[in-house]
Amino acid sequence: MSERVATTPGLYPLPDRAKEDLADLKGHQKGDLIDGSEGPAITDVYDRARAEAVADQDDAGLDRVVEGQLRWDDLLAHPLVVSDAVETGGIVRYYDNNNFYRDPQIVADLQPTGDVAAELEAATELTDGPLQAVLPGPYTLADLATDEHYGDEAELLAGVADFLAGEAEQLPPHETLFLLDPSLVTSPPGDDIAERLPAAVDRVAGATDADVVLHSYWGAHDETAYAHLMDADVDAFGVDLIHEREDTLYNITEYGTHDDVALGVVDGQNTRVETPETVRERADWFEERVPSQAFDTVYLTANTELFYLPVAPYREKLSALAAAADEEEVAA
Amino acid sequence: MSRPADNRSQFRPDDHPNDHFLLTTVVGSYPKPKWLDRARDLDESGDLDDAAWAEAQDDAARLITGEHERAGLDTVVDGEMRREEMTEFFAARIGGYEFNGPVKVWGHNYFDKPSVVDEVSYEEPWLVDEFAFTSDVATRPVKVPITGPYTLASWSFDEVYDDEAALARDLADLVNTEVEALVDAGARYVQIDEPALATTPDDHALVGECLDRIVAGVSEDVRVGLHVCYGDYSRIYPEVLEFPVDEVDLELCNDDYEQVDVFESPEFTADLALGVVDAHDAGVESVEQIEQNIRQGLRVVPPERLTVSPDCGLKLLPREAAYQKTANLVTAARNVEADLDAGRIDLDAPVPTP
Repeated sequence: MSERVATTPGLYPLPDRAKEDLADLKGHQKGDLIDGSEGPAITDVYDRARAEAVADQDDAGLDRVVEGQLRWDDLLAHPLVVSDAVETGGIVRYYDNNNFYRDPQIVADLQPTGDVAAELEAATELTDGPLQAVLPGPYTLADLATDEHYGDEAELLAGVADFLAGEAEQLPPHETLFLLDPSLVTSPPGDDIAERLPAAVDRVAGATDADVVLHSYWGAHDETAYAHLMDADVDAFGVDLIHEREDTLYNITEYGTHDDVALGVVDGQNTRVETPETVRERADWFEERVPSQAFDTVYLTANTELFYLPVAPYREKLSALAAAADEEEVAA
Repeated sequence: MSRPADNRSQFRPDDHPNDHFLLTTVVGSYPKPKWLDRARDLDESGDLDDAAWAEAQDDAARLITGEHERAGLDTVVDGEMRREEMTEFFAARIGGYEFNGPVKVWGHNYFDKPSVVDEVSYEEPWLVDEFAFTSDVATRPVKVPITGPYTLASWSFDEVYDDEAALARDLADLVNTEVEALVDAGARYVQIDEPALATTPDDHALVGECLDRIVAGVSEDVRVGLHVCYGDYSRIYPEVLEFPVDEVDLELCNDDYEQVDVFESPEFTADLALGVVDAHDAGVESVEQIEQNIRQGLRVVPPERLTVSPDCGLKLLPREAAYQKTANLVTAARNVEADLDAGRIDLDAPVPTP
């Protein structure tokens, strides 16, 4: 019997009070977004918001606690925009959403900043629960960036992977690292880059002793990319069971997967709150259809980041995930 | 199939000074007076009684309608003084919606993205009171902007339909009910706003299907426009020509008419409402500059099918800039008409992209 572990991909909605306070303190224009140099008043609001995000998870009973990534104004591009090697341009659309981030233009060799490590360090003091670190996957971060330095896609991917490995090395102790890599699904790599994916992922995964989950969403992997990704040394793939789940199942049946798996069984972009039974049924559906494999750990997670949701349904979804994993323990 | 766009002459003022007539209009929203924002804050905190809040909105609607008339527009709007956000306003009036709190758009800009929690239904008129008030205080014809069903569906959480197209179709039927009520109240110019089409252009067939539902049973004397903005238009053209609308209103000034050639071939068979001032730049275009912008529209349609409009709603601009842009737009349109009357514009001579 697999162990079911309730977690999330992070990037939470700010508490409503913090939304207002930060809008007042920071402003509404693109020059007002986080660049890593915020002063004590803004830091204080984020500290309180982080404590709420951690408490939300502890209250719900999640098995992994994320920092919440509440400072990530530029969403998964955040680790870049706090780097001196990156200039931010205009506002660009974030995937197929009504959300926007600043175009991160890489103009020099990327050097790790420790920004994400400092956030997780701050969360360490707030909970006894096992921590989960969150970073963008190297392919996604390269995809979101505009390259004005490395010169070609392969060099960019390698440079971004080195950068993320440097960030991961500085992280305080954590149980799990989620690498969020939706671009693998939304704009699959060409053959040349697909061949280089395993090395790029390994570079980052090798920088931590934690279990590493490479999590993609908004559909199923392209078949070629999936076949290449199987060579990457990670503990689990995260897959989206809300969108194109039959195609995901095909990839897994055809090419296999790892001993652990993360299942996006809660919709991060819909206010309809799943019951614990629904969450469990979706996970059961998956496990029953991969009879060739017994999984050690099955992470139950939201498919996407959670900042798309208002605060109330986001909290209810954390509870649904935790309850689904708990009921499983009782049943076992 | 486009509707026969021969319903524009009803908006030509009796005292129009030129033979040619370029219909001048606005997309809809306009900066709110600061005192209206203060009144809203008081209303939300329970410190203003309902009658006083209603009076504040009436005063603002009267003020901005008058401001549009002073700018010389042929058709006017109340600046959407009673609306805060283009999805929220309608979702609050449609049965089946609920609000759960604000969500991020970008940075610290949020909106109360509504959730569809039951089949959508028409419970009360959305805009008839607004239209009746504005027409009462206006001396010029009033245009009514309505957020389109595709955008209402796209910018909501759908907890019920599990099918955006089905939700959009149901919402289109409600918009049709509202348009019929507006027409009964005397409206002759409605504009369906579908900004979401620009973000997901592959859905143009669904938008067309929704528009078919919206205009069903609506007299061809009623002018129906469609507003789209901030997208790659090559992905929706020429398909938009199949839409049952008289006029397509497009943001084109924002990127200096870089996309105007998209519409030159095949022939643009609807009327074109051309954005001639930038809605997101507080710098006021000169009359001469706007005249040049209008000439870009004449590359696409002849003068009798050209409407002149800002790129988009002006609500994010300082109010003085919004007024001056509108006034300059009207002056420029009248100057181009006079030039056309006098034969000073050769419609067959190519106009270069700026």
